[in-house]
Amino acid sequence: MIVVSGVTKRFGGRPALDGVSLTVEAGTTHVLLGGSGSGKSTLLRLVLGLAQPDAGEVVVDGVRVTPGSRAEIQRRIGYVVQEGALYPHLTAAENVALPARARGWQAERTEARVTALARLVELERSWLDRHPAQLSGGQRQRVGLMRALALDPPVLLLDEPLGALDPITRAELQTQLVRIFRELGKTVVLVTHDVREAFVFGRTITLLEGGRVVQQGTFADLARRPATPLVTEFLRAQAPPPEMTAYL
Amino acid sequence: MRGVRPAAVIALLLLLPAAGPAADRPVVRVGSKSFTESYVLAEIVAQVVEQTGEARVERKLGLGGTGIVHAALASGEIDVYPEYTGTIARAILKEPAVTTVAAMRARLRERALVVTEPLGFQNTYALAVARSTAARLGLRTISDLRGHRRLTAAFDPGFLDRDDGWPGLRRHYGLELAGVRIMEHALAYRALAGGAVDVIDVFSTDGQLAREAVALLADDRGFFPDYAAVLLARRPFAERLPRTWAALEQRLVGRLDTATMTRLNAEADLDRRPFAAVAASFLGGGAPAGGRRSPARELPALTLEHLALVGVSLLAAVVVGVPLGVLAARRRLLGQVELMGVGVLQTIPALALLAFMIPLFGIGRVPALIALTLYALLPIVRNTYAGLVSLDPQLVDMAAVLGLDGWKRLAWIELPLASVTILAGIKTSAVLTVGTATLAAFIGGGGYGTLIITGLALNDGATILAGAIPAALMALAIHALFEAVDRLAVPRGLRTTATATR
Ligand SMILES: Nc1ncnc2c1ncn2[C@@H]1O[C@H](COP(=O)(O)OP(=O)(O)OP(=O)(O)O)[C@@H](O)[C@H]1O
Ligand SMILES: [Mg+2]
Repeated sequence: MIVVSGVTKRFGGRPALDGVSLTVEAGTTHVLLGGSGSGKSTLLRLVLGLAQPDAGEVVVDGVRVTPGSRAEIQRRIGYVVQEGALYPHLTAAENVALPARARGWQAERTEARVTALARLVELERSWLDRHPAQLSGGQRQRVGLMRALALDPPVLLLDEPLGALDPITRAELQTQLVRIFRELGKTVVLVTHDVREAFVFGRTITLLEGGRVVQQGTFADLARRPATPLVTEFLRAQAPPPEMTAYL
Repeated sequence: MRGVRPAAVIALLLLLPAAGPAADRPVVRVGSKSFTESYVLAEIVAQVVEQTGEARVERKLGLGGTGIVHAALASGEIDVYPEYTGTIARAILKEPAVTTVAAMRARLRERALVVTEPLGFQNTYALAVARSTAARLGLRTISDLRGHRRLTAAFDPGFLDRDDGWPGLRRHYGLELAGVRIMEHALAYRALAGGAVDVIDVFSTDGQLAREAVALLADDRGFFPDYAAVLLARRPFAERLPRTWAALEQRLVGRLDTATMTRLNAEADLDRRPFAAVAASFLGGGAPAGGRRSPARELPALTLEHLALVGVSLLAAVVVGVPLGVLAARRRLLGQVELMGVGVLQTIPALALLAFMIPLFGIGRVPALIALTLYALLPIVRNTYAGLVSLDPQLVDMAAVLGLDGWKRLAWIELPLASVTILAGIKTSAVLTVGTATLAAFIGGGGYGTLIITGLALNDGATILAGAIPAALMALAIHALFEAVDRLAVPRGLRTTATATR
């Protein structure tokens, strides 16, 4: 379970997050939705302990995130970012094996884990011997996910994991991720600015705007009982125009 | 790791130098400055020592100017070298008023140095005119110039600057000339012969004086100080090897008059005979007469020396510089101080840095290597620092999240990611060091610089090029080598980005 309470984070005086609170139940997926610059990535970084809040606190599975507890917290979290943040000098398999290697796993155990993960994300093992630059965006994204899952952490933080993909690969990966999250029972926070994605993934959704929470709830809550006109505006903005729907 | 291979090559180079025969006989280390006369005299000294048979000789010739060679004597790196009384008084004792050898001897004694009586000739500044000009205008002394204000002159930069050069001379004699140009000593003779100028400054034992139609003007009002040649030595050497010291005094003191020295200089300078041959013919022993110097024969040994200088100092600079760069990237404030420090090192002229080494480490290969290492640091430290601080912060943060801390993060992630930049720094250093290493010869460090310095001393373009061209080729070769190393040591993934299938 992740509990964020009253968190404020400023960069040079301007708040990137302003009194944000939210709770993610264990084993559920929570979506952070919001426009560019609304503070979504910053919130994930605070959960990871990569940045410190100016006010408020973050608690992950009962442990408060501080510089002292950061290493322990990070061990419980898998982190995926847009484009994967894969290391270009390592092969995909070496990237995936990195967390295991850091903890001194035996080679066979690591290899078995890499193979299992490849099966999980439906990526052919042979692709993994390539360097990231030789993979497609979707393949890179899968490798990034494999690496986040390498040590089977209970918590996953995904920052626009499907941001740079074409619609078909995107839909395919969305389905795959939903299945994986459910199968593995992970506590997930997924960042997106795509309303469709929020609908597909999120049991609960937090809509952020300018560092503040605009509304929290299920997709139905946001659609049916918008807290402000802004919510409706945000949801509608990405809906296909009626003329187009007619063709589909 | 893949980076090991070039390191192994450099390590191999480490083993190349320092392969000299061990001997039980005492050693006399003979030094010289880096101009013809000093080489010839030092070679004569060396051969006399050898013929006396009391000791073995090590030649440390061409050690730059007075500052370097005297520091080498003071620190015991050499035992004896040819010097001039004027230089001893002004540059070493810093008492221009001391003019007699007896007075100098007393003062040098306090410094544990001894000096011979004058060898015979003087090497002072002098003014020279073409013999035809002298005849036409009836010029015999410097005072005679006063009536001829339409004459033009070309003076060496050193002569133009020094108070015991042109400025003082002009005041002393009340001279007026139509024009005074700056011209390197060696070119001035040609200008004089061609009629481009009328008066030039010369040294009174220049080899050209023996060959060309040049007349010296007598210093009739005694302006130029005495520069009588002597041998300057460490007292322990003279006392430990009395027979050798006596032989030097007996065979050289009063035996070298101006005409003789001028002739010997001409043989070395103009006939391009090896210093050893010139010295031998003067000493009259079984003269290995004739034969021109051939730099080509020395080239293989000098190439190894030069490679060793570059390889060892570069390796040391990498071993020191990369950690310094890492430290700078980790501690930003310390980093700024550090980068400033290595930056300042770089602004010190290489020759000055080499000279600073002498009081600390003496002369020879060790101080040369230390100076070269210091000089090679900047590009390596700066590029390591720049490579590390400009890494994608997302990739660095991710490493922490993945559980890589401290060393693992540095060795597995940060250094490999920065390797292209770091290698570029090392490459710059390597190419730079090939050039800087040519200066090592000024403090007896060996390498191609030996030829360049000899060539400069003799004004012998061929010999200079014999050192300069291989150095340039070596720089190119090292550049090419690094391109290859790039291909080996830079992680594959960082190289294939160009052909990425995005
Ligand atoms: N390290 C930083 N230094 C200064 N300002 C920052 C920093 N990180 C984020 N910000 C600012 O904080 C605000 C929120 O940034 P954040 O990256 O969290 O937005 P986001 O919701 O993830 O946006 P996007 O959808 O474009 O990724 C932005 O105005 C951004 O400029
Ligand atoms: Mg973001």
